[in-house]
Amino acid sequence: MGKVLNPAPVIEEIPDDHLLKRVMEMKKGGFRLSQVCAAFVDGKFELSYSFGDDETYEYVTLRVVIDPETEIPSITEIIPQALFYENEMKELFGVKIRMISVDYENKLYRIEKEAPFGPGKD
Amino acid sequence: MDREKTERLETNRSIEGKRSVIPFGPQHPVLPEPIHIDLVIEDETVLEAIPSVGFIHRGLESLAAKRDFNQLIYVAERTCGICSFQHGMGYAEAVEHVFGIEIPIRARFLRTIWAELGRMHSHLLWLGLLADGFGYENLFYQCWRIREKVLDLQEATTGGRLIFSVNCIGGVIKDIPEELLKKILASIAEVEEELKVLQKTFMEDYTVRSRLSGVGILTRQQVHELGCAGPVARASGVSCDMRITGYGAYPELDFEPVTASEGDAYARCDCRLREVFQSIDLLRQAIGRMPAEKDLSTPVKGNPEGEYFMRVEQPRGEAVYYVKGTGKPMLERFRIRTPTFANLPGLCEMLKNTKLSDVGLLVLTIDPCVSCTER
Repeated sequence: MGKVLNPAPVIEEIPDDHLLKRVMEMKKGGFRLSQVCAAFVDGKFELSYSFGDDETYEYVTLRVVIDPETEIPSITEIIPQALFYENEMKELFGVKIRMISVDYENKLYRIEKEAPFGPGKD
Repeated sequence: MDREKTERLETNRSIEGKRSVIPFGPQHPVLPEPIHIDLVIEDETVLEAIPSVGFIHRGLESLAAKRDFNQLIYVAERTCGICSFQHGMGYAEAVEHVFGIEIPIRARFLRTIWAELGRMHSHLLWLGLLADGFGYENLFYQCWRIREKVLDLQEATTGGRLIFSVNCIGGVIKDIPEELLKKILASIAEVEEELKVLQKTFMEDYTVRSRLSGVGILTRQQVHELGCAGPVARASGVSCDMRITGYGAYPELDFEPVTASEGDAYARCDCRLREVFQSIDLLRQAIGRMPAEKDLSTPVKGNPEGEYFMRVEQPRGEAVYYVKGTGKPMLERFRIRTPTFANLPGLCEMLKNTKLSDVGLLVLTIDPCVSCTER
């Protein structure tokens, strides 16, 4: 039989002003940024920042729930490679993110429609 | 010094130290799909690489709001033509976790067999493209000739050469009969023998080695910080393989992640080659331990309510499938994070301080799948 390491994925809801602190803690804890995504649920944005541990296979998602008007800070200062995820959230969902290290100004995807898309629209 | 010589010297001095930007792609001989990279170069050395994607964004994720969760499996499969089966499987496993259902043991084995056949054909396709990238056309033909045998097996077992459509929520819709399992064993034995010959060329040929060794190095630390996945990470010594998380029939099979330590283009080639042999071994194990049970799927009732992050080891690395349902037929959110998306920052890093002539080859070494990335 093969080795199995599969701790249950954890989703930890945090306030938006704790985001940078928790991301820094995850980085210091040896976690790798696995993905970032947005969802529009019940009139609010659910932002998920998922981190994986390559040795223990733990998978922790930091969940930030914000109003569409709320602006959140970019995590690219701590994790530079998050820039593609954040540009995607900004362009395809209309999430307001300040200080992305490389901001594609809603032109990450060369789509014909005008971007950014509004919350809940496509 | 005459006037002409003086002018030439001044011109050379004015060029020296100046930077230029050279566009790479979106159409380029090494790229089967469009991606654009602005290369900031000084003389022949790349100083910076700025990628630009988005030429084939199709908005597949947004279809989650328009198709019910059963139909969406066919959308998931069409995210990519190379790792199509694993996209369908990853999505199905995520929804099955939301429902909290166990799929029949035979379906788990069947999914594993098709997933490993998919990994073999994807890696053989990549090996051919790499050989073509460094101008070894005969090697390219040989890789793709061997790959045809795997595609024939896929067609014989599913009816499709690349897009199988055999997954459903709760299991699979097709079985592989005993005679076809024997055919798989016979064909993979042939593939193994033929690939051993090619492995010698890939790993020992002077020309190949001189093109791949020592270029595009990513250290273990860089790979971790840049969030790279799959063979790109494993070639730098990160022993991480999502199959260890125990989906499919992998808990019943014996394997260890294939790793290398050098982190260069040669190590990435070595990892993928050895992963083809690993897939052959896993196929033999899976077929040998295949349960006789005939159930192929567990019935699913109702609509998904809840959310789950499912991770699957695709040929190119970790893919993440996020589904969120609120008890309606349409999902609230379906998200795919593909391995190429994770490897783009690694690509930009490995291009720094390389020669312009190596760029095409290095872009290939992450095995870019752009339609996956843009969805």
